[in-house]
Amino acid sequence: MPTLTLIQAITDALRTEMRKNPDVVLFGEDVGRNGGVFRATDGLQAEFGEERVFDTPLSESGIIGAAVGMALYGMRPVPEIQFLDFIYPAFDQIVSELAKMRYRSGGQYATPVVIRTPYGGGIKGGHYHSQSTEAYFTHTAGLKVVVPSDPYDAKGLLIQSMRQDDPVLFLEPKALYRKAKGEVPDGDYVVPFGQAKVRRAGTDMTLVAWGAMVGVCLEAARRAEDDGISCEVLDLRTLVPLDEAALLESVKKTGRMIVVHEAQRTSGFGGELAAIVAEKALEHLEAPILRVTGFDTPFPYTLEEVYMPDADRVLRAVLKLHRYES
Amino acid sequence: MSDPGRDVDREAGLALLHMMLRIRRMEEKSAELYSAEKIRGFLHLYIGEEACAAGVMRELRPDDAVVATYREHGHALAKGMSMRAIMAEMFGKVTGCSRGRGGSMHLFDAATRFCGGNAIVGGHLPLAVGLGLADAMLRRPRVTVCFFGEGAVAEGEFHEAMNLAALWRLPVLFCCENNLYAMGTALARSESEVDLVRKAEAYRVPAAAVDGMDALAVGAAARRALEHVRAGEGPYFLELRTFRFRPHSMFDPELYRNRAEVDRWRERDPIALLEGRLRAAGHLTDEARARLERDVEAEVADAVAFAEASPLEPEGELDRFVHAEVRA
Ligand SMILES: Cc1ncc(C[n+]2csc(CCOP(=O)(O)OP(=O)(O)O)c2C)c(N)n1
Repeated sequence: MPTLTLIQAITDALRTEMRKNPDVVLFGEDVGRNGGVFRATDGLQAEFGEERVFDTPLSESGIIGAAVGMALYGMRPVPEIQFLDFIYPAFDQIVSELAKMRYRSGGQYATPVVIRTPYGGGIKGGHYHSQSTEAYFTHTAGLKVVVPSDPYDAKGLLIQSMRQDDPVLFLEPKALYRKAKGEVPDGDYVVPFGQAKVRRAGTDMTLVAWGAMVGVCLEAARRAEDDGISCEVLDLRTLVPLDEAALLESVKKTGRMIVVHEAQRTSGFGGELAAIVAEKALEHLEAPILRVTGFDTPFPYTLEEVYMPDADRVLRAVLKLHRYES
Repeated sequence: MSDPGRDVDREAGLALLHMMLRIRRMEEKSAELYSAEKIRGFLHLYIGEEACAAGVMRELRPDDAVVATYREHGHALAKGMSMRAIMAEMFGKVTGCSRGRGGSMHLFDAATRFCGGNAIVGGHLPLAVGLGLADAMLRRPRVTVCFFGEGAVAEGEFHEAMNLAALWRLPVLFCCENNLYAMGTALARSESEVDLVRKAEAYRVPAAAVDGMDALAVGAAARRALEHVRAGEGPYFLELRTFRFRPHSMFDPELYRNRAEVDRWRERDPIALLEGRLRAAGHLTDEARARLERDVEAEVADAVAFAEASPLEPEGELDRFVHAEVRA
């Protein structure tokens, strides 16, 4: 099996599905001729031609709106938004048109669009090249929200995204684009939605994460082992649909839970997970649920390392939770 | 374009040369510091386009406002911000103009009425309209100058801003720096109408295009535009035809343009162009030129030393200025 980086796995997924399904088309700012600012679409215009892989002007609203229209007529548009931070000119198209079309039309129309976009910090990008705002989108009924954490999942989840009959926001952890490497099968395979993955089994507590924070939790879990604490690391992989069963099963087993996300704390997706566990597994909890997250501030340039959860911070939470006696 | 050497006002010419050199040398140094990882993240250099900021800014009054993009180091300097404050911001130091919170793309300075440093393409155009509207409503004789690249013209905000400014006859000067490429996309590949002046005119905004490599021509065009705006006639659109000599940012393999095109534009380097004219007119001696260079070099060295020596914002202040501070 070839070893690919996460971004190579994404390119591979696009190529694999485009070879199979002629309705899949890619477009966005500099995705064609230049192969994307991060080179995710490198070589695809050469293989599939300018009709299926094309450049757009700086028009995010137009890009997503056009994708909605194309999807209504049965095409499979896969637009790229250069950074998640630049998606807001298209927010109206996403929230009001893309996400609600099936419901508004009483099930007559579908919008199978996959919006690919890099998200997250760790590259010193400052305010507008770093944010992790998945919660705006999980808060929008009708959208599916997917966040891979390694190359294998990136390919399998992206192919699966392109086969959905509903719109998907596919968030790519840009800090892992070249850092994450792993074995990726050639050709076609999918990773199903709504199936979280236990990245490390443990018995004392559950660390829940997605995207780039999965690696951070794994590192913290390794270090916690030195203190005799056994952490389970659960990678959600898709936030919507959420694998509630896996979440509850793990927390019922360990009795303790920490959610880790890059996004700011207030109204982050971690709050949702905590609420679900409180509603459905309260009697299994042996300690309060903790969150290790970004802060309720805009994303900073200088203090990025302070803002972003790292293994040290997660480990501190692990120790604190471990010491907790009810 | 005027003949080389003719009609060169000595004082204006030398001031423009000095300003362009300050911008150029500060940015050359920034590129070096980026490689040394003193400046991190993203860095968009203005090298090649200096005549635009220098030329327009010389025509402004201190209380006129400027709103710019992420390629704004030159605008900030030309508007009067100190090189120290800019350099420290790029280093992410607390002495930076925005406390090191934003870095290169987020320069702000209320004292010189510099309202960003805006890294969302097109996002600052409506805001410039609002500054103009407030000035108009408060009966203040000020102008807001909004700089943006030709790539921004494709965003919806451009069209809303042009219409509102024209509809309400607001004192806003729109300066479109047309450097022909938005990242890797050439103008002709992104616009159905490549004559940007016609776009402005469609909103009934008077407009002109000017050679953005000629600082004196930019100054003259800005003067005419500002006369119109200051007379209460509403907004004006100036297209500054220019070129960036460097890649879009520090990560751009430049697959979209060839060496020959860049070299052709480099022959029209705005600094060399003005220098030639000043020399031809007898306004610039070798000695004066060398002195200018030394002064600028010293200023850059001072700014870098200042930035190096400055502290980072303390961790405990991460959440300051999310909201207004409650006074005790
Ligand atoms: C809304 C938004 N979309 C995309 C980007 C990414 N981006 C930053 S600069 C740029 C090109 C802008 O070109 P132009 O407006 O011509 O200005 P220039 O960079 O040439 O000065 C792009 C695509 C962004 N910052 N904001």
